[in-house]
Formats: sequence, structure tokens, C-alpha cells
Amino acid sequence: MYIIVVGGGRVGYYLTKALLAEGHEVLVLERSAAICEALNEELGSICIRGDGCETTTLSEVGTGRSDMLIAVTGDDEDNLVTCQVAKHLFHVPRTIARIRNPKNEDIFKKLGIDVTINNTNIILENIEEEVPTHSLTHLHDIRDKGLELVQVRIPESANTVGKMIKQLELPKDSVLSLIIRKSRRPIVPSSNTFLQAEDQVIVVTSHESEDELRAALRGE
Amino acid sequence: MKVVIMGCGRVGGRLAGLLESDGHEVTILDNDSYSFRRLPPGFRGTALLGNGIDLDVLRRAGIEEADAFVAVTQGDNRNVMSCQIAKHIFNVPRVVCRIYDPLRRDLFEDLGLEAISPTTIFAQILREKLEAPEPQREAPAEES
Repeated sequence: MYIIVVGGGRVGYYLTKALLAEGHEVLVLERSAAICEALNEELGSICIRGDGCETTTLSEVGTGRSDMLIAVTGDDEDNLVTCQVAKHLFHVPRTIARIRNPKNEDIFKKLGIDVTINNTNIILENIEEEVPTHSLTHLHDIRDKGLELVQVRIPESANTVGKMIKQLELPKDSVLSLIIRKSRRPIVPSSNTFLQAEDQVIVVTSHESEDELRAALRGE
Repeated sequence: MKVVIMGCGRVGGRLAGLLESDGHEVTILDNDSYSFRRLPPGFRGTALLGNGIDLDVLRRAGIEEADAFVAVTQGDNRNVMSCQIAKHIFNVPRVVCRIYDPLRRDLFEDLGLEAISPTTIFAQILREKLEAPEPQREAPAEES
């Protein structure tokens, strides 16, 4: 794939390295001459000095034939505009924007950016996972469907331990997909599966049903 | 009319004064309080410190009841983003955006923003000035 990365900062650098290692053709656009030079020296001539929001720059680097554009500068507004220019003027099939302010996620989606990566939320999710008392952890967003993959831990004290799945009053839009037992064995649950203490239940649900789901699974 | 202006530079500050003296209710935003020195003395509108691409700041500026929103910061992209927020999230009836880059102006005009490029306009004015029939330069005195 031909991928254009806008922004050669830390995120851009590691991203480019990873994409190159996977065998993609990558071009980095970076405004600072010094960063540009450093990137070219280390990764080969892959960086061009320029402003990724400038339509002329984008056209010079062949944005029209690119398969993907990823905007990872430190400024949300620059990432937004770069992606919009790429999408509407150069018809790039997939545009990805990094977001620093979590509040901008909805705005970007409304304005037609295909994928947004929110640093802050990712860090939050990772921390959630590491906090053992946290009863519901987000694993993945299935954005275009408005669904998400979450994990719920069943504590020993839960009064749902020993109950069958069909005895639980789960929210209608939630589907139990997998149970990982204490023994680390993953099983596909059926309506007759008994919940056990220390089970980790992987569920497809919606954001709105999270609380109801947690309550149903843990008997709260 | 209730107007929210983002960016208290020379244009923003001046526009705020003009609109206010016409009797409009003006709120002007800037992320640097030093910029408010550009407001005319006796300005009775609201000057609000904050980043205009932040939803909460825009709400505080009263964008939900605003009849018009104008973005005139130095950053084209900031202007574009805030205007799109004003138009598509808060449904402000009249949104005007300054975009220096003529190509970006054309694009976002196509995408539904009312956008003005001072670059294009000023270049045109200069051309008209220069190409207008003007008094000829006096012939230099012939050297003997």
C-alpha cells in the first residue's frame, strides 16, 4: 500500500518505522527541516518537507494515488483539515486522524474522517485493564455499528456465580461471546453454561447498555 | 443579532467594535488575553479567554443562541474546524470563515462553508490598482 503519514514527531516516527517494516511504501510530510533531515538519514529518503494541509504539497507527493493518509501531528485542527483535504480533493480511500482532545472524537466522525485514534482514551483503556478492581474493561470499539467489545470480571462474591447464563437478565443488544476461565481455558458460552468465580466474560454490547450488562453479570 | 467572533487580531478586534456600534451583541474569543488590547476603548461586548475549537468554550461564548459565527484567527485550520463545529454541531445560521490559502478556501466553500480568502481578494485589489491608468512617470531629464 502507498501510505502518507503527516507529522514526523514521535508518533509519526514509530508509525512510519512499523509501516516500512511491514513492506508498505510510506511517505512522511513534516514541516520542520531538522526533523525531516533526521528521518531521512535514519529511515532512507522517505520524508518530504512540507505542510500536509497545503493542497499543492499533497498533490506533489501523489496523494491521489495513495491508499491511506494518516495525520498524526500534535494539533487536532491540522489533522482534521489534512484528512478532509485528502478525502474530498484527492479521494483517498481511508483517512485516519490522531486526536488529542477526546471531545473532538464525535466532531471528527461527523465531519467524515474514517478513523480517529484518541491517545487519551487509549491510555485510559490500558490503565483500566491494569486496575484489577475495575469490573468492566473496554477492549475494542466497533465504531460503524455503534457497538463495543468489553470484558467483565466475575468476582467470587458475585451472586451470579453458579447461575446459568439463561437465568441472567442481559440487555437485549448484548451477546456473551467468550468466557475465559480461571484455568485460562476459553469457552464459547451457551445458555446452559454456569458462571464461575473469576470468569472473564467477553461481551459485544453497546455503550448505553454497559451499566445494565455489568449489573446483570455481577448480580449488582 | 448575536455574534460570536473567534480571534481578536486586527480584523477580529475591529469587526467586534464595528458590530457593537451597530447595536449587535458581540462575544469575542481569543486564547491570549493580551489580544484584547485591540478592542476599541469602551467596548461593551464580552471578551472571553479560551480556545475556540473547544466545545465547552464555544458553549460558554453562547454559540447555542448565536445568530452568526466568524472565525478570524491566524490559523486557517483552526478557523475551518471552529466554523465546521459552529455550522454542523451547533447549527449557527450564519457562519463565515477566513482562509488565507486560496485552494483550501475553494475546497471548504465546496464543502458548504462561507469562506473568504484575503489572499485572493488583496492580490486582486493590488492588481487593479497597478493596472489602472495612472499618471505617467515624468521623463527623466536628458543627460547631456
